[in-house]
Amino acid sequence: MMNKLIFGRFIPGDSLIHRLDPRVKLIASFYFIAIIFLANNWQSYLLAGAFTLFCISFSKIDFSFFIRGVRPLIWLILFTVALQILFTTGGDVYWSWWIFNITEFGVQNGIFIFCRFVLIIFMSTLLTLTTPPLELSDAIEYILRPLKAIRFPVHEISLMLSIALRFVPTLMDETEKIMNAQRARGVDFGEGGLLQKMKAIVPLLIPLFVSSFNRAEDLATAMEARGYQGGEGRTKYRILHWHQRDTLVVIVFALFTVALVFLRG
Amino acid sequence: MDIRFEQVGFTYQPHSPFEQRVLFDIDLEIKEGSYTALVGHTGSGKSTLLQHLNALLKPTTGTVTIGERVIKPETDNKNLKPLRKKVGIVFQFPESQLFEETVARDIAFGPKNFGVSEEAAKGLAQEYIQLVGLDESFLERSPFDLSGGQMRRVAIAGVLAMEPEVLVLDEPTAGLDPQGRKEMMEMFDRLHREKNMTIILVTHLMDDVANYADYVYVLEKGRLVKAGTPSVVFQDTAWLQEKQLGVPTATAFAEQLQARGLAFEQLPLTAAELADVLVAKGATAHDE
Repeated sequence: MMNKLIFGRFIPGDSLIHRLDPRVKLIASFYFIAIIFLANNWQSYLLAGAFTLFCISFSKIDFSFFIRGVRPLIWLILFTVALQILFTTGGDVYWSWWIFNITEFGVQNGIFIFCRFVLIIFMSTLLTLTTPPLELSDAIEYILRPLKAIRFPVHEISLMLSIALRFVPTLMDETEKIMNAQRARGVDFGEGGLLQKMKAIVPLLIPLFVSSFNRAEDLATAMEARGYQGGEGRTKYRILHWHQRDTLVVIVFALFTVALVFLRG
Repeated sequence: MDIRFEQVGFTYQPHSPFEQRVLFDIDLEIKEGSYTALVGHTGSGKSTLLQHLNALLKPTTGTVTIGERVIKPETDNKNLKPLRKKVGIVFQFPESQLFEETVARDIAFGPKNFGVSEEAAKGLAQEYIQLVGLDESFLERSPFDLSGGQMRRVAIAGVLAMEPEVLVLDEPTAGLDPQGRKEMMEMFDRLHREKNMTIILVTHLMDDVANYADYVYVLEKGRLVKAGTPSVVFQDTAWLQEKQLGVPTATAFAEQLQARGLAFEQLPLTAAELADVLVAKGATAHDE
């Protein structure tokens, strides 16, 4: 079940995109998601699509990974697209029944929304596939740093984030292990009615919580034993460096924005 | 109930970019009433293999026959429960599976899932808590108040209470003290001898294999590389050391004696065997 999820996984590699500064990648992805909304005609979507493929091609990652990233969300996308197609009014009416009607604008909107979804997923998949989680949390810490001025606990949040990210796979393994152990004791997960399904979760959830508590306690002790006293006065082991290639990305994105604004109807 | 593997292969996440093959053409047979040990390095596929023993995993290729049931790649997941009742698995660090409010209810959980009545399940809890070496005063305590070793015993009692015909043990004594380890292993041995329970033991401890098992399978990188009785498998000490699997303490000691000129017909596997051989040798030396 969880094995099929591509979205949010990291694939080690040594491409240009892999080596980029995570701050650039993170901001660029968010920026892309923001400006994709500028696109409003087929030329601009074509440009955005080409630009996404251009970025993907630099990652040296097989395109099928990206397709798989879309797959789990395909029903959500199709549902949204269907709503758009059936309920948008305006332009030529092709078909109409009761409150539903398929119109020129509807079809156009549907296609645009589909493209928008897919491109956003492609870009964020590109981010997570090429960036190790720890680098991502470093980037988030850096980006949040200005918030210190308003007493936002940046260090604590980023520490929690990096611990959380670190333990996601561990907890996944643990979940699978406990599930198997309970299955061997005769629990049927995902069978029967809703109530039965929920009841079957209890023997999974309680051990998971208990082991998380134990893990947290052990980890806190181990951290204290190694001299952790909070964020004050710490130095950093992983230091992010800005390279020329990162500046290049900024320029490329700026050009893309200009082109997009130009093509927009 | 016999378990038979025929050309079993298993791949994690098949047809995906993360595809990983872990078992290759495994052929093995576990006879009813036998005590089989499964050894191999970490990552050799032991744990994957043992999940095939009660159909938690289905083979990607080949067939697994458990008693009457034949598990093929295309077998669906329905009606596997009877199988799980017959093959009980004690996973590594089984204490992490405890969840009920009291020890009694946790032990009774397995049997109740397999349709045993509330009353009968309670009786089973009483019976099996004693078998694992705890007294009945533990039954009403919360499993989370117990020490690690006691939790382990409760978890094992929970599996035993299902009264399986085949008991699969994945490093049941990992992290226990020497005394607890010995008690555990002897309890399993008693179940094997007295109740004729089939036991499959996955372990890194060659002494346990030598002491208890009557058949050994050696796994390496997802393939079966050796099979036989412990006395046969452990004779090839050079091969075992090359595979970094180790040999039983008594065998290693006997080998050192051999290097100093004491000839053995066959390397002994346990301390008792070694002592017998040495006593016999002493007697003949005395006679001369």
